[in-house]
Amino acid sequence: MTKSFDPRVNRMELPSNDDGKEVLDKQENWETYEVFHQKKRGDQHIHVGIVHAANPEMAILMAKESFGRRRQTANIWVVKSSAVNATSYNDQDIFETTPEKTYREASDYYCMDRIRKYQEEHGIVNRKEARRKKKEAEEK
Amino acid sequence: MYGNTLVENKKNGKSLTEGEDPVKLTEFEARIARGEKIEPMDWMPEAYRKQLIRMIEQHAHSEIIGALPEGTWITRAPGFRRKLALMAKVQDEIGHGQMLYSAAETLGKTREQMLNDLVSGKSKYSNVFNYPAMTWGDTAIIAWLIDAGAIINQVTNAKGSYGPYCRALDRICSEESFHLKYGHDNVVYLATGTKEQRALVQDALTRWWTPIMHFHGPPDKVSEHTAILMKWKVKMATNDEMRQKFLDEYVPKVWDLGLVIPDPKLRKNEETEQWEYTEPDWEEFKRVINGDGPCNKERLQVRRWAEERGAWVRKALINAEQKYSIPLA
Repeated sequence: MTKSFDPRVNRMELPSNDDGKEVLDKQENWETYEVFHQKKRGDQHIHVGIVHAANPEMAILMAKESFGRRRQTANIWVVKSSAVNATSYNDQDIFETTPEKTYREASDYYCMDRIRKYQEEHGIVNRKEARRKKKEAEEK
Repeated sequence: MYGNTLVENKKNGKSLTEGEDPVKLTEFEARIARGEKIEPMDWMPEAYRKQLIRMIEQHAHSEIIGALPEGTWITRAPGFRRKLALMAKVQDEIGHGQMLYSAAETLGKTREQMLNDLVSGKSKYSNVFNYPAMTWGDTAIIAWLIDAGAIINQVTNAKGSYGPYCRALDRICSEESFHLKYGHDNVVYLATGTKEQRALVQDALTRWWTPIMHFHGPPDKVSEHTAILMKWKVKMATNDEMRQKFLDEYVPKVWDLGLVIPDPKLRKNEETEQWEYTEPDWEEFKRVINGDGPCNKERLQVRRWAEERGAWVRKALINAEQKYSIPLA
């Protein structure tokens, strides 16, 4: 072995790399946890990524290092990936009628035209119009 | 920090789309053309999956191995503040590696498999990390110019089509901006310092210029594969385009400091708006990436040493009931 520029490396007893053995066994990196990060109190928790951990405590520790070492953090959740139930992107059609249900939207309701028409027909003063006229008069 | 993406161009004459369902393929390509992201559970062509695993995995390995030449200098960093900053940078690189392994994992290859392929030499990582950081000047040049090259690569790839990779890259890019400023600060400090400090950083620049020019990889061969990978937004720019971008942004900043880049041909052609340079030695690049660089062996042995030493702790923590499931996003 050639001498390394790192004195610490020279002090190690480095293993041979030629035996073809795999260093890691299956599942030696345990399970994955999905990480949810809350920036400040009152905010929602947002999914930011995953960590590998042997248990929830370790997952929180890893999540803190990975996702909380820079950004402001109020709270972190971790959930085993296997515990998440999700819809499939292939079943996109289950959401298809959602945009059609406009009767759920505030913006789908407008009746000012009817009010105006009624007021004109019945001689009712329109409040908005009256305010505008008053303001104009004051400015003159 | 990250290196060149080595897109596989196997000459087995097979098309990347061979054997794929034409209807699903058309839908897939239309989705990408509309600018939509592909998510882990979506249908995708086998070649898309394979290329992405390969690319993201190489990127992850580069982060992990890239921490080694810089980590060497933590104990010898000049001053407490620089020591803290370098530790933070190395921690970032490891964190980036973990995020990238996760992104690759969503495509179906486990982290254990990826680490095994790294240690056995089956997977590659950025070639520049097969060179040693011989002086503090080298770490300054690495932190500034190698990270700069990496940011150009990552910002470009962050506009790609695979959701988990793009999200990881966005996060990585915002952290890398600290590395870039930190590296620049170090180079400026040396370049405007004593005669010895200037000589130190000039030496490092001279030594690192070839690896820097190698960084974005050899000029792409024009091939059908490359065209498809670009259509799928796996590859977002040619290696030469990224190299041009890098030269355009950073050569003037190097010259600002009166440092000499060891290439007499290097200049910007004002008519073509392209940088002209001496092609770096691509034979050396091939030789080093295939294992014959100054540090290849050491890097993998150190990695194996760490994995072997940690095995008993990891195994002691295994819960008998744990079951693996592919991460979601």
